[in-house]
Amino acid sequence: MTSEFAVELRDVVKRFITPEGNELNAVDHVTMQIKNGEFFSMLGSSGCGKTTSLRMVAGFEWPTEGEVYIEGKAMGHTPPFQRKVNTVFQNYALFQHLTVYQNLAFGLEMEGAKEDEIKKRVGNALEMVQLTGMDRRKPKQLSGGQQQRVALARALIKTPDVLLLDEPLGALDLKLRKEMQLELKALQQQLGITFIYVTHDQEEALTMSDRIAVMSKGRVQQMGTPVEVYERPANKFVADFIGESNFLEGKVKSISKKEASVFIPALNAELAATPISEGIVKGEDVVISVRPEKVRVAEKGAMNQNMFRGKVTNTVYIGADTHVFVELQGAKLKVWEQNRISRLDPKSFYAVGQDVWLMLMPENSLVLKKE
Amino acid sequence: MNPYRRSPFVIAAAILVYFFLYAPIVGLILYSFNASRTNVTFEGFIPAFSENVVMDGSLVKSSPCGLFHWYCDLAKNDDVAEAAGNTLTIAITATIISTVIGTMAALALQRYNFKIKPFSQLSLYIPIVIPEIVMGIGILTLFSQFFGCANETFNLAGDARLSLGIATVTMSHIAFMVPFVTLVVQARLQGFDKSYEEAAMDLGANEWTTFRRVTFPMILPGIMSGALLAFTLSLDDFVITFFTNGPGSTTLPIYVYGLLRRIITPQVNALSTVWILVVFLAVLMLQILQNRESKSHS
Repeated sequence: MTSEFAVELRDVVKRFITPEGNELNAVDHVTMQIKNGEFFSMLGSSGCGKTTSLRMVAGFEWPTEGEVYIEGKAMGHTPPFQRKVNTVFQNYALFQHLTVYQNLAFGLEMEGAKEDEIKKRVGNALEMVQLTGMDRRKPKQLSGGQQQRVALARALIKTPDVLLLDEPLGALDLKLRKEMQLELKALQQQLGITFIYVTHDQEEALTMSDRIAVMSKGRVQQMGTPVEVYERPANKFVADFIGESNFLEGKVKSISKKEASVFIPALNAELAATPISEGIVKGEDVVISVRPEKVRVAEKGAMNQNMFRGKVTNTVYIGADTHVFVELQGAKLKVWEQNRISRLDPKSFYAVGQDVWLMLMPENSLVLKKE
Repeated sequence: MNPYRRSPFVIAAAILVYFFLYAPIVGLILYSFNASRTNVTFEGFIPAFSENVVMDGSLVKSSPCGLFHWYCDLAKNDDVAEAAGNTLTIAITATIISTVIGTMAALALQRYNFKIKPFSQLSLYIPIVIPEIVMGIGILTLFSQFFGCANETFNLAGDARLSLGIATVTMSHIAFMVPFVTLVVQARLQGFDKSYEEAAMDLGANEWTTFRRVTFPMILPGIMSGALLAFTLSLDDFVITFFTNGPGSTTLPIYVYGLLRRIITPQVNALSTVWILVVFLAVLMLQILQNRESKSHS
């Protein structure tokens, strides 16, 4: 461990030529520094450049511009088999013609390990992923979850500095996926290996990661801890992509480091809010983001700052929460009310057509750049 | 249940199809046991065994091999042995070479983008759709022109003279077999995800080891079915062989054709029966391989 960073991407561009002959920056000037022992996620929808970025770390693709560093060493055109990183593939890519044992032994044979050492390490790896006794099976004879574990063991048996995971849980059902999320996280902490995890599932990223890079259109939109990206989204895209948000468009009336006042035409009122995006100036058109669980709703209220009167247009009961949709003059807001008390009486829920008051606390009203 | 299953039309059509497909083959096999030498009508089986062949006019009354008289007759025929040897030599050599070339072509077409790729792909279909006789004449013209030039230029004489023979037949077979192998292997490669190769490299295997340990074993069933298809095509081929063979390179189809022009004895039927069995076994193996492969891919 010579470098502070396990993996570093410096101003990396990956340009593809589309079938129509146009140039496309799949990865567009991306810079990331991933610390040793970190669980780092790249999060974004398909085509955002996350998988391409991962593939450049693995060595399956080479950057058009910029450089990838692993343990402080510039990788250049180093082929995958000379990089001390290993990958867990989305489709697992288990060798179908080999048994589980042979799949795990493959990487060790390439290192020239001795027969008895291979035997020992394969045994340990199978134990680690709780597949002892499955060594003679072919991948097709295993369940999806078991195949996933074999893929994980096959990559980890090489004791890489960095483990790359490309949506490894995508093919599993929800329950198994949640189990595996916690297991993966525990494994990562136990082994102390750097994990770089690619996913389009925001919940997965929030659950497991130390840090998340939210990506869109080949660019990193925000990099931060799960709390940072959720509570302090850098822009409208991040606020929209991670979790849900109410967006209110407005114009900045006054702004300081800690507070801002924004005029919201749809409400015909000024809203006290917290500035988040950098470089917002007075008079700028901005967007206010308020998380639905952070809106307070009450049956009674008064015309006060950040309090608005509205009408319930719909309610959806979903077990843990009730989603209440409220129309405030020209704006529609969604509000999530936690069902804290067990009750059946329909009167205890908000009814469609009912007048309610909404409170948008200044600390929950985040001022973001429009684009 | 399928409502059309018991329709009389469907049953009649099925019977007709099977009749026209298999009646000639059944007849051919039946006649290989014919007692009649002239083989025009079926005169009954040869029932009796005796030390020597006993003939009554054109009828075989008894033979050391009994029912299998014509098969024994065939086994004694050195020309057949030579033709069978030629056929197998050509088929095996051409299969090995065309399989290697065809597989490499399929891999290249699957993996790389190059300028003439659409042309290369299209050019694979041309030998398949072109009438075989045209291809045969074309190859013959090519060889005779080339050999003529070479013999004249280098003053070749006697045994050194270039002429048609096993080598020319083999080369022509390779030429028409390569597209078949390529297309079959290509079809198999469609389902071969490149992430298997990436996984191998990721685990420390270089390009050659990746091919040897992962790619090749995984596409082997596809290569085998391409090879078996090519092999049966080569065994059967008449037209192209007819144009490109020379003295001493007679293959079985050419030999049978020669026999037919002289006398037709049930020996021909016996030969055909043996041949059908060989091709049938090859096709059976092909089918088993394909089944096993589709199971491992499902």
